[in-house]
Amino acid sequence: MRRIPTRGVLAIVAVAAAAAPIAACGSDNGGGGGSSTSAKQPSGPVTLTWWHNGTTDPLKGVWQQAASGYHAAHPKVSIKVQPIQNEQFTTKVPLALQSSNPPAIYQQWGGGQEATQIRSGKVMDITQATSPWIKQIGQAATGWQVDGKQYGVPFSLHIVGFWYRKDLFDKAGITSPPKTMADLNADIAKLKAAKIVPIAIGSKDRWPDAFWWEYFALRECSTDVLKQSMTAIKLDDPCFIKAGNDMKAFMATKPFQSGFLGTPAQQGAGSSAGMLANGKAAMELQGDWEPSVMAALTKDKDLNSKLGWFAFPAVAGGAGDPSTTLGGGDGFSCTVKATAACADFLKYIDSAEVQKKLVSSGAISLPVNPDAASAITIPAVNDVLDYSRSASYIQTYFDIALPTSNGQALDDAVANFFAGKGSPDSIPKSVNE
Amino acid sequence: MSQSRGIADPPQTLAQAAVDSVTVAGRASARPARRRASTRQRLELTLLLGPALVLFVGFVLVPIAVASWYSLHEWNGFGPLSDFVGLRNYKHALSDTVFQHAILHNLFFAALTLIVQLPLALGIAMLLNRRLRGRGLLRLVVFAPYVLSEAIAAVIWLLILQPDGFVDTVMRAIGLGGLVHQWLADSGIVLYTLFAVITWKYIGFGIILLLAGLQAIPNELREAAALDGATPWRTTRHIVLPLLGPTIRIWVFLGIIGSLQLFDLIWIMTLGGPAGASTTMATYIVDRGFRRYEFGYGSAVSVILFVICFVFALAYQRFALRRDVAGAVTRAVG
Repeated sequence: MRRIPTRGVLAIVAVAAAAAPIAACGSDNGGGGGSSTSAKQPSGPVTLTWWHNGTTDPLKGVWQQAASGYHAAHPKVSIKVQPIQNEQFTTKVPLALQSSNPPAIYQQWGGGQEATQIRSGKVMDITQATSPWIKQIGQAATGWQVDGKQYGVPFSLHIVGFWYRKDLFDKAGITSPPKTMADLNADIAKLKAAKIVPIAIGSKDRWPDAFWWEYFALRECSTDVLKQSMTAIKLDDPCFIKAGNDMKAFMATKPFQSGFLGTPAQQGAGSSAGMLANGKAAMELQGDWEPSVMAALTKDKDLNSKLGWFAFPAVAGGAGDPSTTLGGGDGFSCTVKATAACADFLKYIDSAEVQKKLVSSGAISLPVNPDAASAITIPAVNDVLDYSRSASYIQTYFDIALPTSNGQALDDAVANFFAGKGSPDSIPKSVNE
Repeated sequence: MSQSRGIADPPQTLAQAAVDSVTVAGRASARPARRRASTRQRLELTLLLGPALVLFVGFVLVPIAVASWYSLHEWNGFGPLSDFVGLRNYKHALSDTVFQHAILHNLFFAALTLIVQLPLALGIAMLLNRRLRGRGLLRLVVFAPYVLSEAIAAVIWLLILQPDGFVDTVMRAIGLGGLVHQWLADSGIVLYTLFAVITWKYIGFGIILLLAGLQAIPNELREAAALDGATPWRTTRHIVLPLLGPTIRIWVFLGIIGSLQLFDLIWIMTLGGPAGASTTMATYIVDRGFRRYEFGYGSAVSVILFVICFVFALAYQRFALRRDVAGAVTRAVG
């Protein structure tokens, strides 16, 4: 998963050796359903292993501080930090949850993927342990619930929208960011006339394609339809086909850079984020993490002042509320290997103290704890936060909200659509099958 | 193309190991009249074969068995194996056009390996076998890419091939701007691009192998041919190539097995895209298994890949390599 940016070029190597361990590992462990909160409360010292994806600073450093900070306050609890490359979680977590020795705490993106993992019986139900304080992080916590039970806790929020370069918009004579699709199309024409690539996209990685189609679906479908579709794992409302038609019409205007199907999202200056960072494209539909990804891909120290943000434009005639937002977040789950200290540690991570550190170090952009919002320094990120607060509904990315296999099939279908294979109705069909 | 193409390419090891096991069996049955081994000999056998056998069973036979068992279930990797579906995963895989195309892509790579890489490697090896200035340096240059890890080679080429990257700039500078393509983004070209990178990476191995073969050919034979008035072409055709036969056959074997198991380079450069245009059997396995959490299905596909490699390895061993390994395989040596 990618919700936290992978910085630098070599993020991908991880999966290389994968083909066979499919066969090699895992013993059959019984037990479906989550285990209950009868977490042991041992008297002796405990050590909790913590798998997170902060392999690089600043996140790595903040998590190390959090682990030692918690240990200082609770001398009996030691936390063994184990940073793991982001992409490795997809392979490591299933194997770990199938083994008898999973980590006590591990990275959790919530949604349908969490629901899939819970079937291992190794993920701890922390509903009771978190109930006294979970309200302070608001609506965000629901993304980590399955059947009303809390199996994980987020520490940062994600919101997808348009990052754009004010300098390039000025150059093309665009005075204010677009509010409707018609505005956006007009702006694309202006940018093209000024010989500027209007929009960068990292289609090689497939998930950026999905942002586009999902946003069109958010604009075409009512909130009720969205909610029902995610629960039923069926996208059979006609609005989803309309989203594909919108996408098709939009792509006919050729808004993306040439060769976008081979462009990675975050690796190197030639990636879509790198293009935006270096002024080679004017816009990108991406997550709130974009500024920190871009900072690593350019020498421009003054980048943040050139960046602006706007929400996905309204689509005329769509049944969707224009203030619904696509997003998600990063969080952690405890496993049955953990003790009650685990849930307490997650509370500590969501405390204003740690949350402020996460934000001010640049490790995350949007904190879940409202008290930490004051630490945000990038002006455009404040726009994102304001927008997320006014959002009528935050729809989790479809590939996370749906069970993993359906979600990934959807991503593939959208990516195929971008590559000219398939039709507007092949996208919802991929989930329904 | 070699065994080390995948960092831990298991099905290949499986195939080879299986071949080895056949060897062992063949040898045992070929000497029925031997008197019973003494205790000491038995001890020696246990000591020498034991560890290898344990590893072989634990990391080759058991995983094959377990994967075959998983492949009969619909299983997302979590919880017990409860959903027995029989051969449905296999039916589904063989009727999935993405997987069918993946097999075709593997065959495409195997075919190009034979058609393009073999003559190329042979030519360069013959050239480098002559006395010429800077021969040592040239050999080093040709072999260098093979030493790089596949992941590093992939990342380097990803950067070089990006739109308006190094390749495009150079081509425009020398007046070939019209031939610039979207190397990795065009689904009609991506396979050729990847094949070019694979060739760059693995040609050195073929050349070194063939050079070794060439050097094993006694000079006396060439001299005798020359004295008899044979032209260089006839010497090559009737002396060098036949004597290189065993080396070429081994290289073909490694090349085809490598082509069937391509993974790292493609996964890093294209993730099998765009729209599945460069998916191989191995990227398909990882995609379905680890990305979609369809572990039962992924196991079925990996069993199919294993069977393909295994059957090929056995058939090739039986028909093409038979003469080369005669003595080593069919009869006990020493």
